[in-house]
Amino acid sequence: MNIDPRDAVERREFLRLMGASLALGGLGACTRQPTERIYPYARFPERTIPGKPLFYATAMPFPGGAQPILVESHMGRPTKIEGNPEHPASRGATNAMVQAAILGLYDPDRSQVVKRAGRIDSWPAFLGALRHALEGLPADGSGLRILTETVLSPTLASQIWALRSQRSGIVWHQYEPINRNDATSGAKLAFGEDAVPLPRFDQAEIVLALDCDFLGSGPAQVRHSRDFTSRRRPYETPAVTTRLYAIESSFTTTGAMADHRLPLAPSRLAAAAREIASSLGLDLGPAGPGRPSPAERSWIQALVEDLKAHAGRSVIVAGELLPPAIQALAHAMNSALGNVGKTIDYIDPIEMETIDQCASLRDLVSAMDKGEVSALVILEGNPAYAAPAEFGFSDGLARVPFRAHLSLYEDETSELCDWHVPAAYFLESWSDTNAYEATTTIIQPLIAPLYEGRTAHELVSALAGRVGIPSHEIVRDYWKNSIVSNDFDTLWERALHDGWLPDTAFKPKQVQITPGFAERLQAARETRADGEMIELVLRPDPTVWDGRYANNAWLQELPKPLTKLTWGNAVLLSPSTAERLGVRAEELVEIEGAVRTLSAPVWILPGHADGCATLHLGYGRRRAGSIGSGIGFDAFRLLPAEGASRTPGVRIGPGAGSQSLACTQSHQSMEGRDLARTTTLERFLSAGGSEHAPEEALASLNPPAVQGAHAWGMVIDLSTCTACSACVVACQAENNIPVVGKEEVQRGREMHWIRIDRYFEEKGLSPDVRHQPVPCMHCENAPCELVCPVGATVHSSEGLNDMVYNRCVGTRYCEANCPYKVRRFNFYSYADLETPSLKMLRNPDVTVRSRGVMEKCTYCVQRINEVRIRAELAGRPIRDGEIVTACQQVCPASAITFGDVGDPESQASRLRNQRHGYGLLAELGTKPRTTYLTRVIHPNPLIKES
Amino acid sequence: MAQAFPRVINTVFRLAILGSVLGVAGTGWVWVEILRSPYVSRAGFQRPQPVPYSHETHVGVLGMDCRYCHSTVETSASAGIPSTKACMACHSQIYSRSPVLEPVRSSYEKDRSIAWTRVHDLPDFVHFDHSIHVNKGVGCSTCHGRVDQMPLVAQGSTLHMEWCLACHRHPESVLRPRDRVFDLTWRAPDDQEEQGAKLLGQLSIDKAGLEDCSVCHQ
Repeated sequence: MNIDPRDAVERREFLRLMGASLALGGLGACTRQPTERIYPYARFPERTIPGKPLFYATAMPFPGGAQPILVESHMGRPTKIEGNPEHPASRGATNAMVQAAILGLYDPDRSQVVKRAGRIDSWPAFLGALRHALEGLPADGSGLRILTETVLSPTLASQIWALRSQRSGIVWHQYEPINRNDATSGAKLAFGEDAVPLPRFDQAEIVLALDCDFLGSGPAQVRHSRDFTSRRRPYETPAVTTRLYAIESSFTTTGAMADHRLPLAPSRLAAAAREIASSLGLDLGPAGPGRPSPAERSWIQALVEDLKAHAGRSVIVAGELLPPAIQALAHAMNSALGNVGKTIDYIDPIEMETIDQCASLRDLVSAMDKGEVSALVILEGNPAYAAPAEFGFSDGLARVPFRAHLSLYEDETSELCDWHVPAAYFLESWSDTNAYEATTTIIQPLIAPLYEGRTAHELVSALAGRVGIPSHEIVRDYWKNSIVSNDFDTLWERALHDGWLPDTAFKPKQVQITPGFAERLQAARETRADGEMIELVLRPDPTVWDGRYANNAWLQELPKPLTKLTWGNAVLLSPSTAERLGVRAEELVEIEGAVRTLSAPVWILPGHADGCATLHLGYGRRRAGSIGSGIGFDAFRLLPAEGASRTPGVRIGPGAGSQSLACTQSHQSMEGRDLARTTTLERFLSAGGSEHAPEEALASLNPPAVQGAHAWGMVIDLSTCTACSACVVACQAENNIPVVGKEEVQRGREMHWIRIDRYFEEKGLSPDVRHQPVPCMHCENAPCELVCPVGATVHSSEGLNDMVYNRCVGTRYCEANCPYKVRRFNFYSYADLETPSLKMLRNPDVTVRSRGVMEKCTYCVQRINEVRIRAELAGRPIRDGEIVTACQQVCPASAITFGDVGDPESQASRLRNQRHGYGLLAELGTKPRTTYLTRVIHPNPLIKES
Repeated sequence: MAQAFPRVINTVFRLAILGSVLGVAGTGWVWVEILRSPYVSRAGFQRPQPVPYSHETHVGVLGMDCRYCHSTVETSASAGIPSTKACMACHSQIYSRSPVLEPVRSSYEKDRSIAWTRVHDLPDFVHFDHSIHVNKGVGCSTCHGRVDQMPLVAQGSTLHMEWCLACHRHPESVLRPRDRVFDLTWRAPDDQEEQGAKLLGQLSIDKAGLEDCSVCHQ
C-alpha cells in the first residue's frame, strides 16, 4: 500500500497534535452556545408560514427542451428542486442535472458585477456604451450581430425578430455545440422537411436504439424513462415487457438497459443500420463497404425478424449526433414498419428559429474577420470555449470594436469581451421556454437576483432602446398580446400555478418519405477513415454536458453511470483496442487529429466498441470557476467544423507518463456472488420468479427487533433502474451532503448516501451490465449498531437505523462492520460552513454534519417525521405512499418504492413479497429492510448469448 | 546504607496519591457542575432585547392569547415571531410616540426586521416541532414557564436532553386537556398521573416511538 507523503506524520508530531487536539477539543466542548438572533418579517408575505415550505412551478432551461419543475422555498429561500408532477414532460421526476441546478444558484463563483475589460463597472455605464455603439451603426443596423444559444423562449425570439424587423441589417446567429443540425438534415433527407421524432415508448413492444441514449440524456430523458419502464414491470398484470435492442459505439445508459446490445464503431454502425434497413425491404441502392461479421449478421437477422413480427408495435430511434443518413434511415424504417402515428409521432421543431448552427457561427466568424461586425452581443453560451477550433472564433472576436457577453460566469468568452454582464439565474428570472414537445412554461423567479444579474430579455430590450423595463413586464406583455382571451389575468395566474400554458404542445404532423430517398441517401453517404485510424466518438459528458455545468461540484463528483469516473474525462477504449494500442488505464496517450493533437489519459470500458474511442466534451475548461477550471482535457479541440458526427479518424499513440483518475468503483466483477440478480422473462413466468434459492435464515443471538406502529422499508426494482443517477444528486440536495474533491474520492471517501454499484458480466457480443443502487439497508439485525461504543447508531421502534450525530465520536467501527459499506465518515470538515451563499442552500430540516462524524442514509427521516406530524394533526393514519423519500421522488423510472412493509396491503409490502424479491447479502442474517427485485430481461430466444 | 528518604515520606506519598485521585475526581465534578449549571444552560436567564417587550404586561395584565402573536404554533414547527406589523396593529394608536418603541416604528417604516435575541435556543442538531406538542396536550408553560409573569422572557428550563426525555419517557406527568394548553395559570391537579394516563388515550399518543433518536435528531 502506498502512503501518501502528505499523510506521513512523525511519532512525536503525532503525539503532540493528538495531545493538543484532545485538550482543545475538551475545552471547545465547554463553550456556551453562541447568541442567535431572530429576524421576523416586518410585514408578513401572504401564505408564508415559518417552518413550512412553499412550492412554485417554473422550468429550467435545458439544451433541447426545458425541464418543468417545482421548487421548494423556505421563507423565500429556494432549497430543493422537484419535477412538476402535472407536467407531461416530467411527471414529478427530474434528471441529475436539474437536481444539481439548485447548487448553481448559490455558486459563489457566479459572476456578480458588470465588468469592463476585467474591471468592475456598472449597468448604467454599460447601457451608455451600448447606446454609443448603436449610434455609430448605419440606419439599417448592419454591423450589429447577436449570438445566442438555441433559443426556445418565445418572448426572446419575438424580441429579436422585432429588433430585426426594425433594423433589417441586424443578424441573429445561434450556436450550441450539441445541436440539432444533423437531426434536421436527417429529417430533410427522409421527409424533405424538418421534423422531430417523438417516440412513445409506452406503446412500443420492440425498441431499437441506434446510438441513441434516450434513457440517459436529452430533454425528454425523464419522460422516456417513465414510458419505457412502465412496460418493464413483469410482476404487474398483464406481464408486458418491451424488448430493447441497442447498437452503439460508446457505452450508454440505454445500452446498459438493453436486452441485446451490439457495440460497433461508427462506420460499422452505419453499415449495420443499412443492413437492417435493406433487410426490412427498403431500397437503398448498392451496399457500401464495411459489412457486418457473421456473428453480427445473425444478431441483425434475429432483430429484423423481431421488428417485422412487431410492425406497428416497434420503434427505431437514432441518436441526434449520428450522421444524417443514419437518422434518415431510422425515419424510413419506422415508416416502412408502419410505426408512424402508433409508436412514434413527428412534430415541428420546438426551437424558435431552426438554422444550421455550424454555418451560422462560421458566417459570424468570417464577417468578424472581414471587419464587418462593429458590435457583437453574445447572450449566454461560451463560444470561445465550445466553437470548433478551426473557426478561429477568438481571433475573429478580437477584431470586433464593441463586444458584450451576458453570462452566468466570467468564462473563456467573457475574458475576450470588453463588456461582461452577469446573467440572472433561471431561479432569479422571468422568462419562458418550451419543453421537448413544445409545452410552454413560464419561468418565474423564486428569489430576487442575488447579484446584479440581468436577463437576456432586458439586454435585448436595451438593444431596442427600451431601457429599464423589467423582464416580468416583457414576458407578460408578450403573452398578453399573443393569447386571445377575455380573461388573461386568470389564465396567466393559472399558467404560473400549473407550470405551463395549456394547449401549447405541438400536434403530431403528417410526414411521408419523399421520392428519391435512395438517391439522396447515396449522396449523403460519407466515407470514413479505416485501417490504422481509430474512429472518434465525441459526446457531451453525462454530467457536465458541454461544459456548462463544469463548475457544479455535485455534478463533478457524481460518478458517470458506466465508467464511475468523477472529476474528469478520459479516452474510453475497449479492452481489445487498448491492448492493440498497447496502452493501459490512466496512461496518457497522444491523439493525433487532422489538425490538432491532444494528450489525454485512457480509461478502459468493457463493452465499448472496438476500433473507436469515446471522448466526452465539457472538460478542460480554463475559466469555469474554482471548481471546474483545469479538470480533464478539452475534447472540443478535436471537434470538426461540421459538428460531432463528422469526426474524422485519429491516430492514438502512447504518450509520456500517466494521470490518475478518480473512480468510485474500481472492481467490476461480482466474483460469482449473486449481488445484482438477473433473470429472463421466460424463467420469471415459468420458474416461479427467480432461479435463486431463498436464503436460509441464520439463527440470531440478537434480541428480536422492537416492532413499532410502522415498519419502514424500501424496495428497489432492478428491472427499471436505468442508473441515471438522479437519485444520488437528489439525496445530496435533500440531505445536505458535502462534496469531497478529487483527491478524497481517490481515497474512497466520497460521501454519497446512495451509490449505484455497477458490475460487468461476460456475455456474447457485449458484456451484461448490472446496476444496483445501494442506500443504507436499515438492517433489522444491524451489525453497525452492535459495535458502536457510544450508542450513536441505534434502532428506532419503526425499524430505522438511526444515526445520532451529536453522540458520534468517530471510531468508525460501524463503518468497518457494515457489510454494505454505506456508512460515510467526515474525515475533514467537508461541509462548507463559511461561504455565505452556501448557507442559504441547506435544507433546514436536516442537520449539517461536521468533522469526525459518521453519516448515512436515514430513509429521509425528516420527511417521515413531517408526514407523521401532518397525519397526527389531522387525526388520521399515515397513508400508503404519503411518505416519499428524495431518491424515490426524483426517480424517472419509479424504481424505488418506500413504505410500511409491516402493512401487508402497502405497495412496498406487495413488492417486497414478490417472488423475485431478495435481500442483498441476506445470507449474513442482517435482515435488510431495503430489498431488491431481481432484474427481469426479455431476450430474443433466437439470439444465443451465453 | 542509610535510607534515602525518611519514613514520613511514605505517608506523604500516600496522601499525595489520595490527593491526586480526589483532585481528578473533584475537577471532573466541578467540570460537570459547570456544564450543567444555569451559566451554561442559561436556564432562568433573561436576555436583553432591542425592545424591552414585556410578556407580563401583554399577557399577564392585558390577557392577550399566546396565539395572537405566535400565530403558527398550532400548525407549524415554528411558533412564529410576530411581524412588526402585528405590533403596529396596536402601537400605531397606543404609546405611538413612546421612545422605547422607536425600533418598532423604524422597523415598520423601513421594512427591516427587528433583531430579537433568541431565548430558547436548541442546538442545531435537534429538531423541535411546536405544532405536535401543542396539539397533543403539552402546554406552553410546561417548557416556557410562567411567561405571563416575566417582564423580560427568561429561559424556562435547562433544555437538556434529559429534560426532553423526562416527558418523552413519561408524558403522563405533564399532559393537560387540549383546552388548557394556552392557559399559563394551569397547575397540575393532584391526580395528574391518572388524568395524564387518560389523556394519553384521548389524544391517541403512542408512547412506543417517543424515545426514538430520530424523533428529534434528523
